[in-house]
Amino acid sequence: MSNAAPNAPAPTAPPPVETLRIKVDGRDIDVPKTMPDWQGRPQPTTMLQACHLAGHEVPHYCYHPKLPVAGNCRMCLVEFGTPAMDMATRKPILNEDGSVKIARSVLPYEPQTPRGAIACATPISPGMEIYPSSPATKQMRESVLESLLINHPLDCPICDQAGECKLQESSVQHGQGASRFVEAKVHKPKAVDLGPRIVLDDERCVLCTRCVRFTKDIVGDDALGIVNRGSYNTISAFPGKAFDNNYTLNTVDLCPVGALTSKDFRFKMRVWFLKETRGICTSCATGCNITIGSREETVHRYEPRENDAVNGTWMCDSGRLNYRWIGRADRLRDVTAGGAKTTWKAAIDAIAGKLASAPAGSVAIVASARQTTEELYLVKKLATRLGAPTDSVPREGEADKLLVSADRNPNSNGARLTGISYTEAGIQLPRIADGIRNGTIRSLVVFGEDVTQHGIGADLLAKLELLVASDILPNATTAAAHHVLPGCAAAEKRGTFVNAKGRVQRFLKAVEPKGDARPEAEFLLELLAGVGAGQFPATAEGLFNRMAGEIPAFAGVEWARLGDAGANVAV
Amino acid sequence: MGFSIPAGLEAELDALATRYPQKRSASLMFLHALQEHFGCVSNEAVEWTASKLGLQPINVLELVTFYPMFRQEKLGRTQVKVCRTLSCAMAGSAEIRSHFCTKLGLDAHRHGAQTTPDGKFTVEFVECLADCGNAPVVMVNDDLIGKCSAADCDRVLSKGG
Repeated sequence: MSNAAPNAPAPTAPPPVETLRIKVDGRDIDVPKTMPDWQGRPQPTTMLQACHLAGHEVPHYCYHPKLPVAGNCRMCLVEFGTPAMDMATRKPILNEDGSVKIARSVLPYEPQTPRGAIACATPISPGMEIYPSSPATKQMRESVLESLLINHPLDCPICDQAGECKLQESSVQHGQGASRFVEAKVHKPKAVDLGPRIVLDDERCVLCTRCVRFTKDIVGDDALGIVNRGSYNTISAFPGKAFDNNYTLNTVDLCPVGALTSKDFRFKMRVWFLKETRGICTSCATGCNITIGSREETVHRYEPRENDAVNGTWMCDSGRLNYRWIGRADRLRDVTAGGAKTTWKAAIDAIAGKLASAPAGSVAIVASARQTTEELYLVKKLATRLGAPTDSVPREGEADKLLVSADRNPNSNGARLTGISYTEAGIQLPRIADGIRNGTIRSLVVFGEDVTQHGIGADLLAKLELLVASDILPNATTAAAHHVLPGCAAAEKRGTFVNAKGRVQRFLKAVEPKGDARPEAEFLLELLAGVGAGQFPATAEGLFNRMAGEIPAFAGVEWARLGDAGANVAV
Repeated sequence: MGFSIPAGLEAELDALATRYPQKRSASLMFLHALQEHFGCVSNEAVEWTASKLGLQPINVLELVTFYPMFRQEKLGRTQVKVCRTLSCAMAGSAEIRSHFCTKLGLDAHRHGAQTTPDGKFTVEFVECLADCGNAPVVMVNDDLIGKCSAADCDRVLSKGG
């Protein structure tokens, strides 16, 4: 998968990568001499990385490409050999056929026994041969797995990790049908309340320390450790100190087994029932890539999706848990006019009629930087047709060092690029309020914002001849509106957001909208046709491509080429 | 009951910390001194050590729980250490420990050191006491009992801790 921006200038010829020739399972392969480590710095390529390049995934628990290497689980042990060297002449020893003789690594005191090395932490060397599929490697894996399972409770039927558990998967591949362990298992703490969002089952833990390294080295909250010794080793926080930072739920993703579970998701849904949809987190302008897990039109969880240009493999807890409102019972489901339920056709005809006959300058539009870029593009088209001032609502919070952006709108840059708001969002809002107060603005169209919270109070709304509110959840503005148009959460439609750094990223539809709610772009198209503002493509792709052709910043970007990783635009 | 360190001890430990190129290297010395003073290393002592050495308490707790000779609870007046390394294990040290536990009302199946509620006895398994020729070996406070029998155990218990 290429993360390269499609509109980036053609790269000049990259400097040649220095490679080493090695053999993996008997096949020659040239691999780069160095590869990025967990922080992206070039480090000597490891056997595990080389095997990956050769198409062989070496099983592992403690190794994670974005964490410092610990080398403690031993699951990635592989048999290997290096060119034999004549110690006296410092020349390689040759076979009879002239090829270089390979000395397989063996135990020094027992040369008939292969001595494996952990692939995650052993650098490759010229001429090295790695045997990730050899019988000796297989035996090492089986032995390590057997050892990891000694004190494991084997409670897969009630374990949340079942279906996405590395231990379960490896057991299928490398495990044995029956246990040879006849002694009593060590019992460790169960259902430990590690923090407000995490429950720990120490018996399931394989002590890979991914969680310890993540919270220490990535988050900078050195909250977890291993206490006790030997088979009593236990992951723990300090007694009385809750594991509570804004990134704790990433440890649940990192945990290769079912030891760390999310209080939010635990016992809710079997993972194999979940439909996975590629989405974008809407909680701030970082635009973390997510996988939405849904079943039967209900969203059950968000998980981070890897995108090194945006969020790496992480996301914050607040963003991850910000999905429950999608299924709220009080979602706006009905198209209403004057409080009475009506049809889309009737509503759009009525609104279009009123807007089309409104004098120029008497309409204002407040859009939301939570809307998709395509919707904002259409809103701008509507505003241009009506001569309406527009703006969006700024939403500021505190940024952190890792992912959370101070801008809590997912698409502030989309609003700017489409011309809905200016560099400083919200500066038009007081002018719109003044316009309503002095009677010049008599119609207001609001998308996804409660303007009563942003300087256009209920008293001003009461003065309007026409108030159209499109939203997802009820608020004071929808309560005051003459027309309510129920809209969609991002998870219920397709579209794009432009994040704080100008990366335009697309997201797909995970679940159906509730009730009569429709994606805003759909009824905006009808509204635009109704006021005579022209015809636009009806699909998210078509709209995006039309918009990209019109707005210079998007030049060269196409929906199809956005891929899963997005593209950079100038902001 | 607050946790307080005598000024003299604190000054001594502060001076000790400066002798290491990295402050955290003084952790073990701190813990030894605190155990010497308090009889055990409590969680308060762990937190105090961590704050003194610029560590997180969990880092220090890892040390305390790793080394068997650091105690998180005060031991009984009479400490019974039963060797369980190979020679003693083969010579019946498990039975010796069970005997002590049963007589003292302790749980022979529990892992780790156990102290009687009256604070008189602590019974635990330890690793090699370096007297394998006389297995099974038991150490009662500073006295070594070689070729320990049930009768020897009862003699220790009869002294009343």
